[in-house]
Amino acid sequence: MSTPALETQVALNGALNRRAPRPQSASVQVTDYDNRQTVGKLTVDNPKMACRDVNVYYGQKHAIKNVSLDIGANEVIAFIGPSGCGKSTFIRCLNRMNDTIPTARITGLIKLDDDDIHAKEIDVVQLRARVGMVFQKPNPFPKSIYENVAYGPRIHGMVNTKAELDDLVRESLERAGLIKEVEKRMLEPGTSLSGGQQQRLCIARAIAVNPEVILMDEPCSALDPIATAKIEELIDELRENYTIVIVTHSMQQAARVSQRTAYFHLGDLIEIGDTDQIFTNPRHKLTEDYITGRFG
Amino acid sequence: MAISQDAHTVKQFDVQLANLRSLVLEMGGLVEEQIKHAIQALDDEDLAAAREVIARDQVINGLQVKADEDCVSIIALRQPLGSDLRLIMSLSRIVTDLERIGDEAEKIARMTIKTYDGDLSPPSAKLLRDVKPMAKLAVDMLHNALDSLARLDVEEAVAVAQGDDELDQEFQSALRRLITYMMEDTRTIGQAISVIFIIKALERIGDHSKNIAEYLIYLVRGKDVRHASMDALVQGALED
Repeated sequence: MSTPALETQVALNGALNRRAPRPQSASVQVTDYDNRQTVGKLTVDNPKMACRDVNVYYGQKHAIKNVSLDIGANEVIAFIGPSGCGKSTFIRCLNRMNDTIPTARITGLIKLDDDDIHAKEIDVVQLRARVGMVFQKPNPFPKSIYENVAYGPRIHGMVNTKAELDDLVRESLERAGLIKEVEKRMLEPGTSLSGGQQQRLCIARAIAVNPEVILMDEPCSALDPIATAKIEELIDELRENYTIVIVTHSMQQAARVSQRTAYFHLGDLIEIGDTDQIFTNPRHKLTEDYITGRFG
Repeated sequence: MAISQDAHTVKQFDVQLANLRSLVLEMGGLVEEQIKHAIQALDDEDLAAAREVIARDQVINGLQVKADEDCVSIIALRQPLGSDLRLIMSLSRIVTDLERIGDEAEKIARMTIKTYDGDLSPPSAKLLRDVKPMAKLAVDMLHNALDSLARLDVEEAVAVAQGDDELDQEFQSALRRLITYMMEDTRTIGQAISVIFIIKALERIGDHSKNIAEYLIYLVRGKDVRHASMDALVQGALED
């Protein structure tokens, strides 16, 4: 675990100073729609990732506007907001998935522990092993269940023998809560599983390369309530060993699984805070309108 | 104002919330009438009117059950969050306090019947002198608490909460006077005890009205000011 680096703090101060004065009082209620300054505490005591003044442009479009926030170690942080608010764009910044989009341009600082993820010496393949991702639609490789999980460790050269690989595959499937359902059908195609099982297979695949952070972009939106509950329970268990960032359209899901919640609106980070506070007593009118279903 | 007055995207949700609020305010109006009628019946020594107050308490109980059902149904069907959630929780608690205020009015009516419908000689005007001013304070508190709810007015709610001290002091003074009368003339003890029950009911109505004011502050400001000092309550309610 890294301690909050001094330069992170300096960067944060810089970020704050470049903006107009921020309301600090805990009792502040921001009722002005036009006020797009982030409300709430951006920093945590033990950040796993720290983002400062992040801007993303897709060509001319300014998709993320000067967003700063910390992602705490072993916390589940939920990004919520209406479609097009930038929450998926932002989560994709965290393991440089936006690099694959030719028109995307990113400025600002994103750190994983003490490493600037955009630094020259960072190998993006390694980065994505450390910061894994699970997508909205379960996307198992067109291979066997076993191969889906074994693929990552093999290409990263994490194991030396078949026995070690077998153990790692088993352990990953166990952590993803899938082992009982698949141990007798390891060689069947991953796509033969149900939607919920496929999503847990994708989580097992992400876990297999021993990531530190897992990004989940609406991991349950294609699943039924029971499969959703299994994933949510899994998220809670995984929190012990990983840091999890989840984008979700379901406010109830954000409320159930996360400890902190960040609300995005048209590329601005409007409000961030303890999940409990965001859903019972949000401080910004835009957050209030979104979570109560009053959105224009 | 921390509460959005804008319409929900789902209009039926607005209708449900508006209906629930109306139901609670209607119940509040009825409860207020019950206290007034109970005190009037006592003043007029009107046993029939007192019995009507007792009978009408069933209507209030019915409204409490209906309002609670509506709260549960909205929570189950709409999963309210933010100020909507605070509104539902506050209304559900307000309804409980209103029902108890109704019970206090019923108690006053029962005391009226007991006092004027038995072998006991009725209490003298001297013993009853504190009832009317205390009743006025209690009714005003409830009225203003309901008013603050209708208008989401935290300043008025603060005034209601502050008013409870005055009612408590009135109760203590009245109690001291009644004790003096009882010591002076032991034949008044039976009647004085009935009066004590009545003024105690009025004092409790003040407490319940204060609770309603506190729920209103929670609803609007999102801050729980129950069991807080008056300074903390005022600060929580008014600081922006």
